[in-house]
Amino acid sequence: MTELLILRVVAKFLIPFILLFGLYVQFHGDFGPGGGFQAGVIIAAGCVLYGLVFGLDNLRAAIPPPLVRVLVALGLSIYAGTGVLTVLLGGRFLDYQWLAHDPRHGHHYGIMIVEFGVGTTVAAVMLAIYCSFAGRGEPER
Amino acid sequence: MLVVTALTIVRMRSILAVVMLSGIYSFLMASIFVVLDAVDVAFTEAAVGAGVTTVLGLVALSLTGDQEKIPRRRPVLALAVVIVTGVVLLYATEDMPPIGDPAAPIHHHVVPRYLAETPEAIGIPNVVTSVLADYRGYDTLGEVAVIFTAGVGVMLLLGRRRRDPAAGEGKDDQ
Repeated sequence: MTELLILRVVAKFLIPFILLFGLYVQFHGDFGPGGGFQAGVIIAAGCVLYGLVFGLDNLRAAIPPPLVRVLVALGLSIYAGTGVLTVLLGGRFLDYQWLAHDPRHGHHYGIMIVEFGVGTTVAAVMLAIYCSFAGRGEPER
Repeated sequence: MLVVTALTIVRMRSILAVVMLSGIYSFLMASIFVVLDAVDVAFTEAAVGAGVTTVLGLVALSLTGDQEKIPRRRPVLALAVVIVTGVVLLYATEDMPPIGDPAAPIHHHVVPRYLAETPEAIGIPNVVTSVLADYRGYDTLGEVAVIFTAGVGVMLLLGRRRRDPAAGEGKDDQ
């Protein structure tokens, strides 16, 4: 944990807004600029800021590494699972119009679900890479 | 601005400064993307290129030194390859249509259909999202799989030291 009071206070103040903005980018990506990739990176950046300021151990306590590993796989499974679901519902792979009675709503739902999967995987992978790199130097210190 | 930043990055011997300048370079690229109306791409460039990559570079630096080794020989062959490739690329850009040219092939292939269909067929206003997640859903699935693979690779290489430190380090050395 850093000793700099200003850095800690500012980080504590900013992190909720960074995460909130990440969620906004995630779920508003079909109306404005943004989407899963950007949202995942923003959320990961918020968590990395937390890790930088408050230390890796606190970050690991907030988001346990096993959970991150599960999320890495979960996001990709959500995406691929959506494709399999559309096949089971009678369409082609990733053919979203079968997800709802109205094809337009189906497309909309499909995009939302798939973007959520993208965001989950991107955020978790970024976090896992950061934790791997940052945790590498620990025993020597 | 971009050229000045890139040349400074090449001349620098302190890798810490190189990492920071790469972040600045990414921000400049992001502003160029905004000027070109590619807001989604600018967003990604600013977040990934300037944000996460800089942090990862700094973390990697904390594991190594921050001074570049001075090469003994001048890499003339590498310089020649770079210059030839650059000239070829510059020559190729002569054939590209000017920016904003309405007759450019990219505006006539599938783009009109995407632009016309997205509001009725998919019902969302952001065409970039509809192309990314719907028309080109397979490609995006592949991209996510690439990111997944990269994450798993890093976790396997760097994160697996907890169980048996001595044996793991020994294997790495071989």
